[in-house]
Amino acid sequence: MSRELFKFKGGVHPPEHKAESSARPVRVAPLPKKLVIPLRQHIGSPAKPLVSVGDRVLKGQMIGEADGTISAAVHASSSGIVTAVDLQPVPHISGLPDLCISIETDGRDEWVEHGPLDYRAMAPTDLRMRLRDLGLAGLGGAVFPSAVKLDPGATQHCPILIINGGECEPWITCDDVLMRTRADEILQGVAIMRHLLGSTEILVGIEDNKPEAIAAMRAAAARMDFAAEIMVVPARYPGGGAKQMIQVLTGREVPSGKLSTDIGIQVFNVGTAYALARAVHHGEPLISRLVTVTGHVLRPQNFEVLIGTPMHALITLAGDRDGTTGVLMGGPMMGMPMPNLDVPVVKATNCILVQSAELFPPLPKALPCIRCTRCADACPAELQPQELFRFAKAGDFGRAQEYHLFDCIECGCCSYVCPSHIPLVDFYRYAKSEIWTREKDKRAADLARERHEFRQFRQEREKKEKAEKLAAKAQAKRAELAAAPDAGAAAPSEADAKKALIAAALARAQAKKAETAPQNTDHLSPGTQREIEEIEARRAKIRELARQPLEPDEKP
Amino acid sequence: MPSPFILDRSSVSQVMAWVLAALLPGIAVYVWAFGPGILVTLALATVTALAAEAAMLKARGYPAKPFLTDLSAIVTAWLLALSLPSLAPWWLIVTGTLFAIVAAKHLYGGLGQNIFNPAMVGYAVLIVSFPAQMTQWAAPLELTSAPLTLAQSASAIFGGDVPKATLDAVTMATPLDSLRTGLLQQHTVDEIMTQPIFGHYGGVGFEWLAAAFLLGGLMLWALRIVGWQVPLAFLAGIWLTAGFLHFFDPGRFGAPWFHLFAPSVMLGAFFIATDPVSGATTPRGKLIFGFGAGFLTIVIRTWGGYPDGVAFAILLMNLCVPLIDQYTQPRIYGGAKNTKAPPA
Repeated sequence: MSRELFKFKGGVHPPEHKAESSARPVRVAPLPKKLVIPLRQHIGSPAKPLVSVGDRVLKGQMIGEADGTISAAVHASSSGIVTAVDLQPVPHISGLPDLCISIETDGRDEWVEHGPLDYRAMAPTDLRMRLRDLGLAGLGGAVFPSAVKLDPGATQHCPILIINGGECEPWITCDDVLMRTRADEILQGVAIMRHLLGSTEILVGIEDNKPEAIAAMRAAAARMDFAAEIMVVPARYPGGGAKQMIQVLTGREVPSGKLSTDIGIQVFNVGTAYALARAVHHGEPLISRLVTVTGHVLRPQNFEVLIGTPMHALITLAGDRDGTTGVLMGGPMMGMPMPNLDVPVVKATNCILVQSAELFPPLPKALPCIRCTRCADACPAELQPQELFRFAKAGDFGRAQEYHLFDCIECGCCSYVCPSHIPLVDFYRYAKSEIWTREKDKRAADLARERHEFRQFRQEREKKEKAEKLAAKAQAKRAELAAAPDAGAAAPSEADAKKALIAAALARAQAKKAETAPQNTDHLSPGTQREIEEIEARRAKIRELARQPLEPDEKP
Repeated sequence: MPSPFILDRSSVSQVMAWVLAALLPGIAVYVWAFGPGILVTLALATVTALAAEAAMLKARGYPAKPFLTDLSAIVTAWLLALSLPSLAPWWLIVTGTLFAIVAAKHLYGGLGQNIFNPAMVGYAVLIVSFPAQMTQWAAPLELTSAPLTLAQSASAIFGGDVPKATLDAVTMATPLDSLRTGLLQQHTVDEIMTQPIFGHYGGVGFEWLAAAFLLGGLMLWALRIVGWQVPLAFLAGIWLTAGFLHFFDPGRFGAPWFHLFAPSVMLGAFFIATDPVSGATTPRGKLIFGFGAGFLTIVIRTWGGYPDGVAFAILLMNLCVPLIDQYTQPRIYGGAKNTKAPPA
């Protein structure tokens, strides 16, 4: 059982604050009067709404279908009437509202017809499509569509499957509690993952501050018909980060700019494994999850919560107190402040952390960097944060990229240890978004130039065609005037040449576009990936709009 | 306000306070071995530094409180004071401190921006400009018959009516000065070492001072205020360079132990070369920085125009920091390396 563990560099150990919420049993949050279900709860394209205002929906009914490969469906968490399909405040770092389906619940909690899947008998592709339609997405925080991650691809295979029960962020205990109480179902989910990925080695990493979860998982693993090694890793933030967990359990590093599957490793959160078991063995879509409600509340605890439940309802359940200064979704290291408490619980909501001035004193004013390199000592990505800060502050984004800005996982260790109290991660986020904006502007400019060039080419061609037509007409007339009808063989070949010219111009434009790919921007941390997706989506729209006026020209 | 929402309890003032605390054993031994004059020097440098810092902050439009309470000006003042001869005249102390704070620190942009160690700039300016006054070292009490009291020391520093004969009686060349002078007079190292100023390793009194700074330095290391790289590499640079020379010609080159325990090396290794602002930042860079400073110290002591080389060695290495940092970028998680800057 005792396998060698490795270490990741850096990291910090902030006060854990886990006992507050893990001591109480899980409570099922009551059905709210209104559910607000965002169509974008995962990385990738938002789901497409399938219902309209006035429709009656059942619990577990798909109300938004997956749009494209990297997407996932969303479902009604309970039965009721759709009251709105519009923009609502959502828990997102931008603070901007997003398209949501609002449901007034009828209290009957009536299920749609559903049942278990015989996953062993199903073709893997069909099974993955079903999982996508059941809305499965990673519950560790990144909410990447699980169906995509469960596809080992044509050439790749995943000998190592890591189940992440690290839960390194202070305050959060939903994974801990899930492992304590539902270990068997987590491992049933693992069995399905193993089936789809063909993994031969199953490693479950749990931080040593969760002895009960470790015991429960070990007991459950012993009951399984496959070997899953429950490995106890030292509690050190961000040891529950996928890259760090891989490093600690296998001693291997995910190469910069690559995915873990490139080295034959796939990582899933324990919550995802549980949701997968519910989906396959019961046919239940992802409509609820465990949420830790903790911090400045009377009874910090974990709730089983329907997706779409407003956060204020949960805070009330846990006992709200005077002196609340703010609410975070997630932990204190990587969580995000909520714009208001009407925002719904989404698939990514692992924790609702209520702040008070006592628990979260206002951060002191920043002093200049003294280059003490404590940040470098704490950085699990082994970057030089002090240099990245210098470049970001100076607006020298090229240098920041050379120093691997995009390998930063935004874990916050550098900011945490900085004696000058500089919000370092802020500077990196700023630099990243600046780089994306510039990239976008550059692409827009490229597009405009392409369009301009094509327009010039078209005008040029039209002029030529007109002249040719005129010349031909004149000639024809002349020929007609001259004598007998014996012309007209050259026309089709001329049309072919024209087509070839257009094709060549388009190919040139395509090649130019391909050349201007951004550097170092693939395979990023989940948060940044999400931002990129959004930007990409907007770009796609622009491109689509830009293409329309060209079409009539392409088929004259 | 975005994440993270919690901070470790460290702060710049806390770091600086620990540095000051770690200097206390050295200061105590200083008083014990050389008399209380150093306290006057320290006080004068501190007051000057704080006044200069406040004035410069005001002139530059910065808030005074956060920067005065960060204690960095006091650290500079103490490091300079401890590098100066303990009976140096008041104007020398004031000039050096002003230069350190005004020119080396604030004209370069204030806290965190100075490319040279401010205390060492102050020291360098003084030794280049006023070499004669920079020799007024109090003799070790062990070797003087009538040591100065605190009042007498103050009086000597402030140019009071201390007779020149008295002052001559209580000041003395440092071991490094003596070695240098002796070698210039064609004596061998062994002959020179018979002079009373030389103790077991460094010099009478000075070796205890060095030991006390070493103790304070180890405390800083234990508290993780300084890393091991710079002090160890610095001491190794001194030891190996001096040892190499001594091995080939013990008659002309001082022993490595002597160089290690001569004044300023321990102070330099743990308190000055470790200044994060003007030092290298990468792990390998810190080793190169420290070793280079140690190497240059011995080179300057041996062939240079000044008896001690720590200050110049550190300033020269400060110059190299951008280059060192750029060429010693570590490998990051996932195997990539921070690339060098493209040619401009």
